[in-house]
Amino acid sequence: MSALIGKKVGMTRIFTEQGKVIPVTVLQVGPCYVTQIKTKEKDGYEAVQLGYGLKREKLVTKPVKGHLKKSGAPALRILKEFRNFQMGESIKLGAELRADLFEVGDKVAVTGTSKGKGFSGAMKRHHFGGGPKTHGQSDRLRAPGSLGQSSYPSRVYKGTRMAGRMGNEQVTVKTLKVVRVDPENNVIMIKGAVPGSRNGIVYIKKF
Amino acid sequence: MDVVDQVVQSELKEDIPAFEPGDTVVVHVKVVEGDKERIQLFQGVVLQKRGSGVNATFTVRKVSNGIGVERIFPIHSPKIAKIERLRAGKVRRSKLFYLRGLRGKAARIDEKR
Repeated sequence: MSALIGKKVGMTRIFTEQGKVIPVTVLQVGPCYVTQIKTKEKDGYEAVQLGYGLKREKLVTKPVKGHLKKSGAPALRILKEFRNFQMGESIKLGAELRADLFEVGDKVAVTGTSKGKGFSGAMKRHHFGGGPKTHGQSDRLRAPGSLGQSSYPSRVYKGTRMAGRMGNEQVTVKTLKVVRVDPENNVIMIKGAVPGSRNGIVYIKKF
Repeated sequence: MDVVDQVVQSELKEDIPAFEPGDTVVVHVKVVEGDKERIQLFQGVVLQKRGSGVNATFTVRKVSNGIGVERIFPIHSPKIAKIERLRAGKVRRSKLFYLRGLRGKAARIDEKR
């Protein structure tokens, strides 16, 4: 597996040579820095820690500063570990990873934090059908319906789908296709949508 | 510049002729039949131009055998080989949807000179 940390820039569309339109999400992926390489001997497991996003030097706490000093990386906003990283020659401490880690046609999985929807009803949150609009109904239009049985069990089962907080959680979308790679601007384009809002942090993994 | 605009810059066509709503144009469309490709012409009045960047499209209307036909083309689509402007029309609005309700003499557009 190889991975990069990036930022969702926005969506647009591009044309294929045949004139077909592909909806694409533009992701800024890097530059990412290898900030730590964990090994079985030293840490008990193998992983590569990547960093992305610059921030002002003075906003970095002293412990993090010391950690970053070991790899010579600049002040980074996000640090994230990836296991089973495919080790190549370019993967060494302090290395800068760019968009060319991916190729056009690669299948990737993108992980992000979905947009928060607040306290949402059962129709939006669980795709319930709601109640009838007519035939003498009142206040039933978006109601969730029955929550369960009667005197037995005399309670509502745990996990019953109801209204509640929705979104703002980690979501992964798998087998997305990379359609453009621009190493110069460190930008890749992925067919379709990825979780989260614009400027949201995403992790892009290739297996 | 916005990063999205920047990365799609290379997708945009540069040689788009100037044309406005009300103009009569001939659109040269590439059509694939089996494994052969040929050019098909679509001539009509531009009803509207909308969108910006890669999303820009324009609508062309013609009356074919008494039936109104409208086609919406993405301006930057590689399927469009050429856009030819035959006649500049004199119109006073940017969306000419009122033409849909008119036929024959009433649907004429004065030429701009």
